[in-house]
Amino acid sequence: MPQIEGYRGRGLVLLERYSVGPGDVVSVRTLDATLEGTLMIRYGLADDQHIVLKLRNGYNIGINIDRIKQMSLVTKRTKPNLTTPAVPVSSSHLPKVAIISTGGTIASRVDYRTGGVHPALTVEELCSVVPELSTIADMDAEVLFSMYSENLTPEHWSAMALKVAEKMGMMVRGVVLTHGTDTMGYTAAALSFVLSGCPVPVILVGSQRSSDRPSSDATTNLLAATVTAARADFSGVYVAMHNGLNDDAISIHLGTRVRKNHTSRRDAFESVDSPCAAIVKEGKVTQMIESLPRRREELTFIPKPALEPRVALVKFHPGLDASVLEHYRSRGFKGIVLEGTGLGHVSVGWHEPIRKLVDEGVLVGMSSQCIWGKVRMTVYDSGRDLLSLGVIPLDDMLPETAMVKMMWVLGNARRLEEAKKLMCENLAGEYAPRRRIQARSNTT
Amino acid sequence: MNLDPAKIGLKVGLEVHQQLATKSKLFCNCPIVEDETPDHRFLRWLRPTASELGKMDPAALFEFKQGNIIMYDASEKNSCLVEADEEPPHDINVEAVNTALIIALALGAGPVDELHVMRKIVIDGSTTTGFQRTMVVALGGQLLVKDRVIPVQTVCLEEDAARIRERVDGTRVFSLGRLGVPLIEVALAPVTGKPEEVEEIALALGRLMRSTGRVARGLGTVRQDVNVSVAGGGGVVEVKGVQKLELVSKVIEYEALRQTGLLRIRDELVSRSLKPSDVVAQPVDVSDTFGATKSNLLQKVLKNEDRVWAMLLRGFRGTLAFEPSPGIRLGRELAEMVRAYGMGGIFHSDELPAYGIGEEEVVKVKQVLKSEEGDAFILLAGHSLSLQHAFTALFERLREAFKGVPAETRAPTEDGKTRFSRPRPGEARMYPETDVPPTPIPKHLIKDLSNRIPSPWEEQIENLMSTYSLNRKLALQIYDSDYLDLFESLVKSTRIQPSFIAATLTETLVSLARQGLNLSRLKENSILDLFGQVDTGVVSKEAVPQILELILKGQANGAQEAVKKLGLSAMSDEEVAEIIRKVIDENKAAVESKGEDAFSLLMGRVMATVRGRADGQRVSDLLRKRLEELSAERKSSPAK
Repeated sequence: MPQIEGYRGRGLVLLERYSVGPGDVVSVRTLDATLEGTLMIRYGLADDQHIVLKLRNGYNIGINIDRIKQMSLVTKRTKPNLTTPAVPVSSSHLPKVAIISTGGTIASRVDYRTGGVHPALTVEELCSVVPELSTIADMDAEVLFSMYSENLTPEHWSAMALKVAEKMGMMVRGVVLTHGTDTMGYTAAALSFVLSGCPVPVILVGSQRSSDRPSSDATTNLLAATVTAARADFSGVYVAMHNGLNDDAISIHLGTRVRKNHTSRRDAFESVDSPCAAIVKEGKVTQMIESLPRRREELTFIPKPALEPRVALVKFHPGLDASVLEHYRSRGFKGIVLEGTGLGHVSVGWHEPIRKLVDEGVLVGMSSQCIWGKVRMTVYDSGRDLLSLGVIPLDDMLPETAMVKMMWVLGNARRLEEAKKLMCENLAGEYAPRRRIQARSNTT
Repeated sequence: MNLDPAKIGLKVGLEVHQQLATKSKLFCNCPIVEDETPDHRFLRWLRPTASELGKMDPAALFEFKQGNIIMYDASEKNSCLVEADEEPPHDINVEAVNTALIIALALGAGPVDELHVMRKIVIDGSTTTGFQRTMVVALGGQLLVKDRVIPVQTVCLEEDAARIRERVDGTRVFSLGRLGVPLIEVALAPVTGKPEEVEEIALALGRLMRSTGRVARGLGTVRQDVNVSVAGGGGVVEVKGVQKLELVSKVIEYEALRQTGLLRIRDELVSRSLKPSDVVAQPVDVSDTFGATKSNLLQKVLKNEDRVWAMLLRGFRGTLAFEPSPGIRLGRELAEMVRAYGMGGIFHSDELPAYGIGEEEVVKVKQVLKSEEGDAFILLAGHSLSLQHAFTALFERLREAFKGVPAETRAPTEDGKTRFSRPRPGEARMYPETDVPPTPIPKHLIKDLSNRIPSPWEEQIENLMSTYSLNRKLALQIYDSDYLDLFESLVKSTRIQPSFIAATLTETLVSLARQGLNLSRLKENSILDLFGQVDTGVVSKEAVPQILELILKGQANGAQEAVKKLGLSAMSDEEVAEIIRKVIDENKAAVESKGEDAFSLLMGRVMATVRGRADGQRVSDLLRKRLEELSAERKSSPAK
């Protein structure tokens, strides 16, 4: 359907009849009044029965097209003169940090005329909106993708890894990847394997409140991510997000143990069954896990970006017909991570189809939908039966981490036996050796 | 008022903000209840967002410069993740929209076809988001006040802000209870006229809103923003948050005085051939001059290693202390403004030597500044970062003095004056709230709500008068009070005279409040209980004011306790009869000489003894009976 900035159907006809468009100052005569204001863009899902006018006092109102008698142009839209405020000079003796943007707007500017939000994408724009950055690092910014994170695929993960490797060639001390939060946990897990052995910290960062509002968590998260990339003593892949409701503490989560556990809170990301790796407060990085891989000075490393996309995460639930497994088998899937109940179970009706999958050489692993805790399949008959069928118990690996790890394992192992072995090895902190008594704490 | 409003071109625009009596908040399901005991405290920073043109809103920038650590106290009883800015807003509260529409229709305003929620940037910490959500509900309309027609500009629905609890070293602590409470804002077109007339307009608008029975009553539920300007070089000054109606006219009077004063100060500057370019932004650090100062303030500043800056004003001598009207001086304006930047104030040469700053120090400063005869200077002391901001503000304000009245936002003081709070916000502060989709207002809803427009408040007053036999004054008082609903339910549930209930809930309480007692201590339950006891005769009407006083003083928790403490439980008929017997005994001579004509004398004495423990009517009945008995006895007994 044709449309101009949200106007379609009747709205579009009206705009065309009077030759006006969003951004124009117009005069609108209705059945009972004459109003002057700026014609605004129309909200994506809104109907085609109204036009939106920004009144002189700054308020928007919607006017029903049925009540409009006449419209006329007062002044044509003027293009905003985009001026970027002066960029603070960043000192070249500061550590070099690359910011790779993949989506989500970590910093933006508001167009108060039209209400549009414009992401700050270039390093100049970014540093002018967040001037503190230039006191932390010598910044290098690049846009890789501009996507909602739910649209990312394993191919994008591979591309991100290659871009990180490229930056490594430019002698960066660390990398910051901006990312939409919805699937940031998956990307973090994927990069943890793809970039295993990376000598510097790679920090994924997002925001739960959009950057166009004064209360956004974007800036604080970005600053903490940059501080970590520039100064932390450890290497590897991490996620930097709020530690709690306070703006002054940011958690650095291990990429394989982090999960988005809330739809909207700033502290949505939690390290599950693990302390977070570090906390950033007042510009200082405090390491919370001793055994993190150290930062290394030699910057050569080779990423292993191959990922097998035909791996599925299947959540079992009461009554779910086992034929879903048949679907994956017929589609040629190479691996299935089951999200079983409790300690790692599925109903007895699933046992036979699973045997069929394993017999055909499909890798089948078991994680738990409880999220917290490990699977232990030797406790009940049901678990023992699954083990005897060849289902790999995935201990306390998070289901999502297990799924992307299986993609990576199947993408890189030469034989099935090697893949099975790799699935059980702790490669990037995906298995926690111990689960603490104090569970589910986000802080330490 | 001494100034003639017409002569000075006084214009006043009123914006009345009234809390709606909805069950829940505007964008979430939290109930609107008070709770002073927070369950959580969290820390936030707010950053101004730059506009497309790289412009920042002056008000937002000002607030940001204030220092930006903010703490929020949240109670689970009245706040949720929405107030904590941890969850997107829900759909607009339908009850609130309907109420706003009913008020708009009662004003003859035209509802918009589709509601668009806007974000108004406010980064002083009073909102967790950094903006206030607000929307236009209707445009146009008019308010009739006696024979005047006051045009209505807009009717808006908006969320209330969090209340500040305390300030500790640059950290502001807010509580979230009020955040998100729905308010209706009615903006009237600027009018000319006397301040008292404007106050009448505000009262009429308040009554119209109350006539719906859907707005909240009580302290802090209504607030007036008063926009005042005078002709001839005056910007519009917005006095925000006048809570008491009685202050509206005082605030206008003060602003008229202040603004005309500022115009005379401008004329004085111009008459000296001074120009804005004579104000030069060149601070000079004169801290060293005050090494041995006797000024307590400067001693303290220098001990903290803060600095003292001086600003030379060529040709300004005498202008800072020039006082065209009592209390209106440029020096004072400047001091007020730097206080908003967290400084203690300023010293200026027109008032020095004073405040512990000696002649010698003044001379030294003049030497450092190379000040000549006819020049003035200003001293500013504090931490260097705030000094920079405050100095820039001073510089800009001094240049504004050549225009006359700067457009700014001011706050009312307790005594009806105003003080600087921040620059007026610019246009770059409103943008759409994209979390809430546009909401159409269907035609059938308007039709339906049109049938629910309340009868005009004048009619409601007439009704109160006829239904409850109240006089006009009492009817108006109870109508304007916080207790109209309570009054009506008491009239229904008891046999007490309505006028007594009305007078108690208005006049008695007002006079107790004037004694400085806190009416918020009085809970609705205590009032219901008290009148219940009056109804059953346990407490006499006369004892009601004493009981209320005790409760308001916090010496009793409720009516029952107060009655017990005061020893005021009603006397039995036998006890009263005993007192009557005694009083008659004591006044035998009068009774014998006057007979039944001694009634009023005896009545007064008996009541004085009963002291509120028996109803006047009952005492009078018993006394009359006794006197009749006595007279009968006298007649029947044979003469000796």
